[in-house]
Amino acid sequence: MSDHAPANRKVKTVIDGREIEVARDTWALDAAAKLKIRIPTLCHHAALTPYGACRLCVVEVTKGKSTWLTTACDLPIREGLSICTNSPAVLAARRMTLELLWAQAPASEEIQALAREMGIAKPRFAARGDGENRCILCGLCVRACEQLGAGGAIGFTRRGVERTVDSPFGGQATLCIGCGSCLAVCPTGHIRGIDRAGQRRMSTWHTEMEMAACESCGALFAPLRQLEHLRPRLAEHIPIVKVCPACRRAKAAKETTLPARPGAALIRNTRK
Amino acid sequence: MPEARMNCLADLRGRQERARVAFYGPKVRLSVGVGTCGLANGAGDVLEALRDEVARRGLDFTVRATACVGLCEMEPLVDVLAPGLPRVFYHKVDPARARDLVAGLAKGLHHGDWALMRADQDKLLVDLPRSLTGSLNGLAAVPTFEEIPFYRHQMKVALRNCGFIDPLDVEEYLATGGYSALAKAMESMPPEQIIETIERSGLRGRGGGGFPTGKKWRACREAHGEPKYVLCNGDEGDPGAFMDRSIMEGNPHAVLEGMAIAAYAIGASYGYIYVRREYPLAVDHLRRAILQAEQAGLLGINILGRGFDFTVRISRGAGAFVCGESTALMASIEGQAGEPRAKHIHTSEKGVFGRPTTLNNVETWANVPVIINQGADWFAAIGTKASKGTKVFSVVGKARTTGLVEVPMGMTLREIVFDIAGGVAGGRQFKAVQTGGPSGGCLGEDQLDLPVDFDALTAAGSMMGSGGLIVMDDRTCMVEVARYFTNFLRRESCGKCTACREGVLRMYELLEKITAGQGTTADVDLLEEVSRYVADNSICGLGKSAPNPTLSTLKHFRGEYLAHVTEHRCPAGVCKALTKFTILTASCKACGKCSKACPTEAISGGAKKVPALIDQAKCVRCGSCREVCPFDAVGTE
Ligand SMILES: Cc1cc2nc3c(=O)[nH]c(=O)nc-3n(C[C@H](O)[C@H](O)[C@H](O)COP(=O)(O)O)c2cc1C
Ligand code: SF4
Ligand code: FES
Repeated sequence: MSDHAPANRKVKTVIDGREIEVARDTWALDAAAKLKIRIPTLCHHAALTPYGACRLCVVEVTKGKSTWLTTACDLPIREGLSICTNSPAVLAARRMTLELLWAQAPASEEIQALAREMGIAKPRFAARGDGENRCILCGLCVRACEQLGAGGAIGFTRRGVERTVDSPFGGQATLCIGCGSCLAVCPTGHIRGIDRAGQRRMSTWHTEMEMAACESCGALFAPLRQLEHLRPRLAEHIPIVKVCPACRRAKAAKETTLPARPGAALIRNTRK
Repeated sequence: MPEARMNCLADLRGRQERARVAFYGPKVRLSVGVGTCGLANGAGDVLEALRDEVARRGLDFTVRATACVGLCEMEPLVDVLAPGLPRVFYHKVDPARARDLVAGLAKGLHHGDWALMRADQDKLLVDLPRSLTGSLNGLAAVPTFEEIPFYRHQMKVALRNCGFIDPLDVEEYLATGGYSALAKAMESMPPEQIIETIERSGLRGRGGGGFPTGKKWRACREAHGEPKYVLCNGDEGDPGAFMDRSIMEGNPHAVLEGMAIAAYAIGASYGYIYVRREYPLAVDHLRRAILQAEQAGLLGINILGRGFDFTVRISRGAGAFVCGESTALMASIEGQAGEPRAKHIHTSEKGVFGRPTTLNNVETWANVPVIINQGADWFAAIGTKASKGTKVFSVVGKARTTGLVEVPMGMTLREIVFDIAGGVAGGRQFKAVQTGGPSGGCLGEDQLDLPVDFDALTAAGSMMGSGGLIVMDDRTCMVEVARYFTNFLRRESCGKCTACREGVLRMYELLEKITAGQGTTADVDLLEEVSRYVADNSICGLGKSAPNPTLSTLKHFRGEYLAHVTEHRCPAGVCKALTKFTILTASCKACGKCSKACPTEAISGGAKKVPALIDQAKCVRCGSCREVCPFDAVGTE
């Protein structure tokens, strides 16, 4: 029955030779972070459910007599696991992943930088398509939309090498509320958008919508559609839907003596 | 007239007995295999003719539609059970013969001269072997089952009843002892004992992975969470495979009974059967079987009055290969995109709808009632040390006899290819056998003595898979074979993970380069490196096993790869860019067949004793001339 114990049990695990005790089912990535062991990731974001698609966070796991490679971001820690994050097999696998991603998304400077860091001068595979692609299909935007935004505005289309992330039928993403979460989490700068002339434009999803002005300072701070989306989901007294984050913070600072931070960053990615 | 709902075990026993009397009873029973394969060969017309002739003559015969018996090449097949006579099978029956058959039987006579084989013992029904001997009455010259090479080495456990009973009538299943195992389990076996029996039998999953079935059930029984689910994987995504289809079409109640036994043991109350959309007949048969079982009190609420509820529904798959993978299948049943996820937490703990779930393959399910009826020891006595029971294979490719066969584990591949399937068609040389479906591996002549055994096949770089078995002759290029399967897998990859999506694409590109004659030894090395990476780094079994065709051919046929890249030659004469067909004038008898077969009129001569000549400028290297030449006079350079 050991495998069906309540989830709040503590378990011990060994990562790169160091023992640590964590709550059962803690993700291996988070357990490593507690030991200040950094594992590179591309499709992972702390605010989103793990997906295990990019394969960059690969580690070597040993349990009993067997050892295998697996991803750390979606590996729950259970009894008897020992993990190595930098064995030769791990590094070779990571290198191949980056080499493949480089050839898949040849226009992404971010991927190239990561690959170079791992010692890859140039991929041995031909660049895919027209060489302009930046998307590595990590699915962060799709999950961000689902879990942080309106949900369902964008998604995966087709299978295998034809897979893409797109708005429905490649047209206007009618469900998009312009929250910009997708753009914020995209690790390769594939998703483009800009705030301009009172409008938020999510170019990649072919949507454009009006921005709302802060009741306090008058600055444009969020798309109206996003505020409409949030209103029924928030308690009455939360002023988020009327006042911009900077003014909210300023007000809070006055009340709590915390220092004010700079205003909300508006979105901007106009890379061609 | 449909019988009433059964409310206790005594009801079941009574009804089984009545069904048995009807089955082996005083009436002549004629049946025709009208599975997908039979129908394709005109079995529908034969069935029609039998019915019509019986009616026209006012005979009190029973005419039944059954499913595939595995000898697809011999369809339409008619099976005759007449009181006091052996069971007789007729092959390649047409409507006229069907009428003659009825005419003869009306006088108590068989057409011994057309019969394919006879059975003196109904051993095929493992549940109830039954002696059929009586007078041989002109049938002495007809070989028995045991004398037909195709059947002699077979052992029907999962395929019992397939093609021998009418799958649309629960009474026929009951006649062969159907649902006795469920009754036995509910009456006399506590859940723990059922699971222990399955564990001890050594049954392992027939869907590809070979995971111990009992262990899976136990984990699910012990998992927390309600309700629990029992699923059947009828996706059968391997192109060319039809083991599971045959069972679903031919003996759907066996699957239902197996699932009900597991549900009882595990404590599950719901079941789904996931069937691919391309199997309309299987869906129809399952649907009707579920309905009949519910009406009979064998499924649904308060089964056989024992207070156990189990409801089964059908879920139709979208026809993607990856949807056969367990987590993708569950996502698909939930109505989400059929995309796999990591399985660090087993589905027995968190499966469909986040609940404890047991998923087994169709063939695995069909084995369960037999194990419960015959006992774990009986089952464990068949097979090898770690692979017990039988395995169904669909034998296709260049075998002399193709079809569905079921053999005890431990039988060698050589026995299947040569003794059962009759060796290589057209008198050609054997080259390789591919087991395990598209992501299986290719094994050469020197591996033929390997036994059918999960672990032995995996160790050799292939796998049992779900039971595809493709025989290849000496005119097969193993690099091209790898390219072909890799192309299939490249298209079927769901595209979620980098390793499989990008890796399999690059493997395919390299294989294409090599078969196009542009490869180098560095490409072969890179191919191997990428293949190993894909195997180790993919999320699901599709990616993990996708390199098998490549890695197994690299292992067993490396010389052929090297011939492509260093000598620029395709030894089998298949890769167009590397092959030149020429006429071996010494062997050419100028019969002219090649010039007739050539689609581009590239062959001159070949008549009036002038040997043929191929114009290389016109030749498109299709190989048609070599295919048709009766004298092996077309060579390759
Ligand atoms: C890509 C892929 C396709 C699969 N297709 C099938 C299938 O068509 N039928 C099947 O029974 N199992 C298939 N499997 C295996 C299932 O994931 C699962 O292991 C099996 O259904 C479990 O049942 P078993 O233990 O009775 O074999 C497939 C696995 C993978 C990775
Ligand atoms: S291995 Fe292939 S099919 Fe499986 S999740 Fe990865 S991309 Fe999808
Ligand atoms: S970060 Fe773990 S697979 Fe992408």
